[in-house]
Amino acid sequence: MLIIKNLHAEVEGKQILKGLNLTVNAGEVHAIMGPNGAGKSSLASVLAGRENYEVTEGEVWFEGKNLLEMAPEDRAREGVFLAFQYPVEIPGVSNINFLKTAIGEIRAYRNLPPLDAKAFLQLSKEKQKLVEFDAKLVNRSLNEGFSGGEKKRNEIFQLAMLEPLLSILDETDSGLDIDALRIVSKGVNKLRSPKNAFLIITHYQRLLEYIVPDFVHVLYDGRIVKSGTKELALELEEKGYDWLKEKEEVGTN
Amino acid sequence: MANDKEIIDNIANKEYEFGFVTDIEMDVAPAGLNEETIRYISARKNEPEWLLEWRLKGLQAFGRQKLPAWQNFEMPPIDFQKISYYAAPKSKKKYDSLDQVDPELLATFEKLGIPLNEQKALAGVAVDVVFDSVSVATTYKEKLKELGIIFCSFGEAVREHPELVKKYVGSVVPYSDNIFAALNAAAFSDGSFVYIPKGVRCPMELSTYFRINTENTGQFERTLIIADEGSYVSYLEGCTAPMRDENQLHAAVVELIAMENAEIKYSTVQNWYPGDKDGNGGIYNFVTKRGICKGANSKISWTQVETGSAITWKYPSVILQGDNSTGEFYSVAVTKNKQIADTGTKMHHIGRNTRSRIISKGISAGQGQNSYRGLVQMGSKADNARNFTQCDSLLIGDRCGAHTFPYIESKNNSATVEHEATTSKIGEDQIFYLNQRGIDSEKAVALIINGYAKEVLNQLPMEFAVEAQKLLSITLEGSVG
Repeated sequence: MLIIKNLHAEVEGKQILKGLNLTVNAGEVHAIMGPNGAGKSSLASVLAGRENYEVTEGEVWFEGKNLLEMAPEDRAREGVFLAFQYPVEIPGVSNINFLKTAIGEIRAYRNLPPLDAKAFLQLSKEKQKLVEFDAKLVNRSLNEGFSGGEKKRNEIFQLAMLEPLLSILDETDSGLDIDALRIVSKGVNKLRSPKNAFLIITHYQRLLEYIVPDFVHVLYDGRIVKSGTKELALELEEKGYDWLKEKEEVGTN
Repeated sequence: MANDKEIIDNIANKEYEFGFVTDIEMDVAPAGLNEETIRYISARKNEPEWLLEWRLKGLQAFGRQKLPAWQNFEMPPIDFQKISYYAAPKSKKKYDSLDQVDPELLATFEKLGIPLNEQKALAGVAVDVVFDSVSVATTYKEKLKELGIIFCSFGEAVREHPELVKKYVGSVVPYSDNIFAALNAAAFSDGSFVYIPKGVRCPMELSTYFRINTENTGQFERTLIIADEGSYVSYLEGCTAPMRDENQLHAAVVELIAMENAEIKYSTVQNWYPGDKDGNGGIYNFVTKRGICKGANSKISWTQVETGSAITWKYPSVILQGDNSTGEFYSVAVTKNKQIADTGTKMHHIGRNTRSRIISKGISAGQGQNSYRGLVQMGSKADNARNFTQCDSLLIGDRCGAHTFPYIESKNNSATVEHEATTSKIGEDQIFYLNQRGIDSEKAVALIINGYAKEVLNQLPMEFAVEAQKLLSITLEGSVG
């Protein structure tokens, strides 16, 4: 589904990604871990097409298409979803109206007929239930005055509504209390299917107790320096990242 | 061979019919403003002597007045002597039905997206079409007549209801009020007149479409709405104009009078030609709009969506004379390219327990300049009067400007005045967030803008709100990235 080859990227002249390789297949859940400043969130931004990130080298293929050549909205329409670390507030635009517009645009791109009001409402109700999203928040202005936890849960609700192929969760666990974490994880687990894939960017192993990954990768200094299964996450929790840094330094020397 | 040439000529001439300038025979007064012109206009309209005298007083006041110098923009030079002050479609015939209306005129309305036939059929909307000055079609008149509601052109009101016109014209905006009001008093062409009798709730939105068509013809509309005791009326004014090379001056006057327990809701969507990218050829919209809450518990509410004109300069105001009366002003003003808007409101609190609410949303894009200018005045007898003002500015890009000039005067210690103001920019983060959900930047901006203006758009009647929403999106197309 997703093939990243030798990806180099910089932001404001500063090199952030330095030859990153990663392959994600349908049905898989990959966790990306690593210390602060390793380039985890930058990877998410580059994949989603944030403007100030410049790819200087490498390739990204999504479902056989060159992702880097697409505008951000087209990446979304092709099925790439980013659950933001800091979701923005848009006053006056109701959550539901925003989703209706988004779904309309995505369906038009895929040459699908628009959803009628009834079908949309039904879909919304179904997904609210699935991810345990508060019905009151559905009609409020998009993220306006939402608590940190509510914003994150709204990201998962949107994910459920838009049914993307690849979902990138950028530190979705940060700022969540244990109950919210459980609900968010439960939602994600319900949305997992053999057809879609998840890229979970996180700092802590905690989230991975709830969403069990198929693969765990350690991102350090713009590269994936170690890959393994869920046990790697536990190892990282125990030992921290320093032993990898040392190893990396030895390696480069 | 001569035949061939004739055919070619015919075809060549025919093209013009499909141009954007409607080819209707016009009866145009010679350019220039003087007593002769005023007498010409008055005679053309078969007006009574008292009205001619009133016009002449207006002309004198105009001669005494100077152009104001306090506005926040450079006033373009206007040669009042170069303007023709009267243009009317030549046919003097009265129309009993739409079938009798010049088909070309109807075609123009179609082009502007105002299918009159459809409008007529649209339940609940009566349309009094003002085409350059003279009203050519009035619909739903009969239905309104049954309720005793008068909704007609100003000219007709002068003929049919002179006592009402004589009593109220100039009673809210006197001919000496300001230079443009004086100009309008002297040279007003036509406009609309509404009278709602005691206790009557007007069952439909009254709507007038104004349109400027003749080159070099200033538009001097005059609207007078009187809501008698305990009555209610909602009035819509919408404007469009075709492309023009030369600047056109528009100086309308609107007067609203609300008696005891009466309510007037006045909504405007203004979309006149704003000029080209460099600001050439747009319309100057210098309007005086004022209402008076004469009786106790009365209410006047202004809602405006201003997207057009090269310069918009107006302050719909309310004089809160009756005790417990309420004045409201809801505004969205958009400026882009080199457009200028200097708009706001004045709330004069005279009576006790009077309330006013001002919600102003300015949107500036390109090199547009948007100024909010508002005056809240608490008179010495305005015990417990209250005002709330919220004044927001939204900037798109970094070459536009937003300015706020709030004036507050209070002569009463028990009065409360609140003012809130914010300035924000459409953030790249907001646009990227929406992009990431499959929404392109153009649509993203439209969503953000409509969300921003929602509080005002919500005040508009349903169909109008939908139109206004579309208008905002269309207006700001291409403003981002």
